[in-house]
Amino acid sequence: MSPQSTFTLGRAVRLGLLTLGALMFLAPYIFMMSAAGKGQSEIFTSSLSLIPEHSFFVQNFTKAFTRVNMPGLLFNGVVVCALILVFQVLIAVPCAYALAKLNFRAARLMMALVMLGLLVPIHATALPLYVAFNNLAVLNSYTALVAPFSISVFGIFLFLQFFRAMPDDLIHAARLDGMSEIGIVARVIVPNAWPAITAFAIFSVVAHWNDLYWPLIVISNQAYATPPLGLLYFRAAEAGDDYGALMAATFIITLPLVLAFLLAQKRFVEGITMTGLKG
Amino acid sequence: MSALRLSTITKSFGDNAILKGISLEAEAGEFIALVGPSGCGKSTLLRIVAGLEHPTSGSVMAAGRELTALAPADRNVAMVFQSYALYPHLTAGQNIAVPLAMRELTRAQRLPIIGNLLPGQKQIRTAIQAQVAEMARSLKIEHLLDRKPGQMSGGQRQRVALARAMVRRPSLFLMDEPLSNLDANLRVHARGEIVDLHRRAGVPTLYVTHDQAEALSMADRVAVMISGNLLQLAPPQVIYDDPAHIEVARFLGQPRINTLDTLVAHGQTVALGNIRLQVGGSVRERDEVIIAIRPEHLSVLPRSQNGLAAHVERMEFLGSEVIVYTRLDGLNQPVVAKLTPVEAAGLSAQMPVSLVAEPERIMIFAKDGIRLTAKPVSVDALEAAHG
Repeated sequence: MSPQSTFTLGRAVRLGLLTLGALMFLAPYIFMMSAAGKGQSEIFTSSLSLIPEHSFFVQNFTKAFTRVNMPGLLFNGVVVCALILVFQVLIAVPCAYALAKLNFRAARLMMALVMLGLLVPIHATALPLYVAFNNLAVLNSYTALVAPFSISVFGIFLFLQFFRAMPDDLIHAARLDGMSEIGIVARVIVPNAWPAITAFAIFSVVAHWNDLYWPLIVISNQAYATPPLGLLYFRAAEAGDDYGALMAATFIITLPLVLAFLLAQKRFVEGITMTGLKG
Repeated sequence: MSALRLSTITKSFGDNAILKGISLEAEAGEFIALVGPSGCGKSTLLRIVAGLEHPTSGSVMAAGRELTALAPADRNVAMVFQSYALYPHLTAGQNIAVPLAMRELTRAQRLPIIGNLLPGQKQIRTAIQAQVAEMARSLKIEHLLDRKPGQMSGGQRQRVALARAMVRRPSLFLMDEPLSNLDANLRVHARGEIVDLHRRAGVPTLYVTHDQAEALSMADRVAVMISGNLLQLAPPQVIYDDPAHIEVARFLGQPRINTLDTLVAHGQTVALGNIRLQVGGSVRERDEVIIAIRPEHLSVLPRSQNGLAAHVERMEFLGSEVIVYTRLDGLNQPVVAKLTPVEAAGLSAQMPVSLVAEPERIMIFAKDGIRLTAKPVSVDALEAAHG
């Protein structure tokens, strides 16, 4: 019998601690699901129960789908995240390739700018961007949601590290075979960089699907609202905040990411261990 | 018209001169090995010929065509890399097809999906597949065509890399230590195969290696490079028996050539035991010179009046030969001899012996390393001088 399959006291303690930790992290999510099934009055009672006394699931989810344009919110979320990701990869991959594998005079300067870019948070540039978008009359549009994130210094940095490890000979061989530099990126670099691109995609989609800050600034028209922004419409309702419906809606918008994570769990872990970064 | 002509190529990175004016000419169909210790600039020279690096000055011409300013793809040269540099995401067959596809298909025809709809694309792809299949047959790698590089052994990858380089019928073949990642047995086998392929294809080849056995056994001519200089370019036999520079003599040969510093004596002669050599060139009396003799040109005899007095330090039995490490009495300098087992029969460690050199095989180099002519002075003349 292998030592791993024996049930010792140490193993029981370890499992117990892990279960406890997992429950702690899952608690808000479980509580959210529970609240999504409760009526307004039951949520505000002092007793704490996970199973609703009277099931309000149907009512709350109906409200979540009717009070706001839920399909529209999800659609906006998908479009914005996809556009951001496509532009980020399109820009960051060639840029990282140039920094990693080409010798040119401005490389050091560009590298310094990338590092600088990593240090500046979106909150610092939000106001100037808002003013600029206002002057360009592009507030309340997909452009306003996507444009500020189309260049990801984090992406450039992550790809740069990955490309540096690619052998120079591979690129030399491609040049001798007659590929242009763009051809090398498209035919040699990208097909071999899927682990890095997948990891980056996960970081990018999670960040932008959950982003409330920037949509809140540039979007006032419900037609362009992203899922987290849509949640705000459950507040300030005439009869106060409707927590049941709010929790139901929250459950709906977190579901795509949870499903995506469960499906790509292995990749997700690979991506984080590869880049040595925390999400 | 030579197949390849390099004229005074220099390359420096900042103040660091890697190549100090290399000139070299290769005839049609010639196999030239560039050999030298690591860091001598041989790989840099190869990359300059390929167009992957730009020389600081000098020019590269092939078949009368000026290549110096051309991009790598326009030079029609093929290169086999030390790491093979196969595309990891493509199968062997696709790897071999890449250079053909890049050359035969237009940019639009190469596009995914859209390219498949363009006229003429199908016929070209079929022709490419036929060429890949033919190449695979001649290298006996048909069974590997559907495998990815990660699923192949080192030897198999090396063959695929050769196929990818040869399939486009280049006007010049460049190889950068293609055998150094193979194990010893396979290496000897692959050596013969590359020479064979070269003979069949008849394409001039520049072959970079740090392995002198590879260079001597494979090449028509060997170019020895030491710290950025091309010291000698000659057929293997000449470069071994008649090195033009002390560094060439030291680099080639296993065990290393024996050297002994000495002074020129009266009448431009140099003495080694009771052998006297007349040194040519502009040496004067009391100039320092280097006497060199290869281990296989020394005999180790029981102590006698002839030869140099020495003691055996240790012996290495290698089957067909015995390496005898000795130390000269008095001078306290190590001298190595290579003997047959029969010759070495009576020898043992700590034994006092006499080392006798073949006079015609002794080489003399000036202090700056340049080879000097040395003519043995006859015993009669010797005795006359003593008398």
